[in-house]
Amino acid sequence: MIEIDAGPLKTRELNDQLRDMMLAGIQKVVIRNVCGQRYIGTRLYSPDHRKMEIEIFGTPGNDLAAFLYGHRITVHGNAQDGVGNTMDQGEVVVEGRAGDVLGFSMRGGRIFVRDNCGYRTALHMKEYEDKLPVLVIGGTSQDFLGEYMAGGIVILLDLYGKGHKGNFMGTGMHGGAIYLRGVVEKEQVGSQVEISPLDKLDREILDRYVSEFVERFPDLCLSKEEILKDEFVKLAPKSKRPYSKIYAY
Amino acid sequence: MPRIRRELYNKEICACSIFGAMNRDGERFTGKGVMLAIANMHVRGNGLGGGFAAYGIYPEYKDYYAFHLMFTGNSPEAKRSAKVGFDAFLCENFDVVSDEEIPHSDEAVVSDPPLIWRYFVLPRKQGEEALLSDEDYIVKMVMRVNTEIENAHVFSSGKNMGCFKGVGYPEDIGEYFMLDKLYSAYTWTVHGRFPTNTQAWWGGAHPFSLLDTTVVHNGEISSYGTNRWYLEMYGYACTLQTDTEVIAYAADLLMRRQKIPIEIVAKILAPPIWNSIDRMDEKEKKLLTTLRMVYGSLLMNGPFAIIIGQTGKMIGLTDRIRLRPITAATRGEMFYLSSEEASIRLISPKLDSVRTPNGGEPVVCELNNIRTVLE
Repeated sequence: MIEIDAGPLKTRELNDQLRDMMLAGIQKVVIRNVCGQRYIGTRLYSPDHRKMEIEIFGTPGNDLAAFLYGHRITVHGNAQDGVGNTMDQGEVVVEGRAGDVLGFSMRGGRIFVRDNCGYRTALHMKEYEDKLPVLVIGGTSQDFLGEYMAGGIVILLDLYGKGHKGNFMGTGMHGGAIYLRGVVEKEQVGSQVEISPLDKLDREILDRYVSEFVERFPDLCLSKEEILKDEFVKLAPKSKRPYSKIYAY
Repeated sequence: MPRIRRELYNKEICACSIFGAMNRDGERFTGKGVMLAIANMHVRGNGLGGGFAAYGIYPEYKDYYAFHLMFTGNSPEAKRSAKVGFDAFLCENFDVVSDEEIPHSDEAVVSDPPLIWRYFVLPRKQGEEALLSDEDYIVKMVMRVNTEIENAHVFSSGKNMGCFKGVGYPEDIGEYFMLDKLYSAYTWTVHGRFPTNTQAWWGGAHPFSLLDTTVVHNGEISSYGTNRWYLEMYGYACTLQTDTEVIAYAADLLMRRQKIPIEIVAKILAPPIWNSIDRMDEKEKKLLTTLRMVYGSLLMNGPFAIIIGQTGKMIGLTDRIRLRPITAATRGEMFYLSSEEASIRLISPKLDSVRTPNGGEPVVCELNNIRTVLE
């Protein structure tokens, strides 16, 4: 394990160091005093698929884990906007809240956020064949959750009793599924989206990812069963081409 | 054939940065912390604009209006000559109790600074002007200076507060005016980047202000034309060549002249969309529909996150679908607003609460006791 003091480092310097460490074969890095440095974990592609474990103390800047290629990042604190932007594979765990556009265009891997998240969560998240992004939020999200969502799985657990107050959920959604613990009004959801109860397959999906969530946040002292016994609803697109009648071709 | 490496486009990450810090007990602190905080968002700026608003900085002159003036021009003579023109106007219409050049440090990295002067004044109303309130008189005179006196711009005109702004990174502007050494304020707001869609010039930097209302803004007001025409009917002349100016004047019109509370003002500047209004109960629907009809021309269209400063008050607001970020945080008696949480954590690592308010929902911080700064 190796430590970096990010205090004096600019975005590029920090990411250069991380890249050098990955190329040198280091597998675990702890970064302390992070304060707004962007794109942490981004330039860590290697043809031989090297994987690192990165622990962050402080507040990482925007686009944390953008294009993440199989690494595992833990943030001991809050994250800002754009976590997991176009993330490819790997895992991000945020022991706090996340900002806007969490999981934007995410196309693989997992993100677990302990608390709430901001606007436009999972905006245009997508899936393809064996690539299936999964995003689990302990709290809830603000407006435009799953806007233009094309694939993947989003789970909102509302563990802190706030209820789902977000509006315009799933506007333009044409793929994937959003699971909400609790209830949601029809008016909060885009017209392209169907609200339905869970079937057996949905239950299996929830079971798997809620267990993973609980494992990652032992401090919450919650069991999977406690969470899963409550009512959930599923949001899924009515059509795979919601705008087919609008476009001329 | 080997591939030739193409020239990589060097991306500029720009987006504006805004930051605000207020002590609810009215205790004053220097600009050092906010300079560090805004410098932490350096990549959001581009060095073409930066500025600060500071409240409570002139307690010894708190009963006088503090005018901050910029005299621009291509040569020192031109700047001096603009000042001569302004001074003549000022002596006719105000009693001046004190004036001086605003101190600055020549070591700071800024380009082509104008001559910057401050005056502490009382209105000298004559004839029919006696019917105007002091504040309306100030507004009228500020508009006259900015439209009629060549190369003279009033960029700050409130009591016991002041704006400091120019072309450069905000931390450099702070250094230029020595805000970390010379001034203590209970509220600081600050902005980095440059005036939207126009050339960078000293008057075009944020904050934009009138009387004690100041605005720093991240975003772009695409309804600027409509807003400007509407405000002109009420005597506001937009002379600073960029969009944010209209928010400052709209805030003055709605909050000072029409005495509308901020909760309603937010619904005028950033009204809910019609779909949302349709779902409200009858009473709310009627209110929101009426506001949209009466004040349609003050709807600020386009993305924005703003911090409005006023005596004893700091307000954060975003557009109705929050297309620009703002984070609100508290620690003890301190209240913070910022484009990014990390900047708040830099100067206050431990926070009692952190949240990102909903679009169109104002977050307001008021002094626990307004008398602490007025008396």
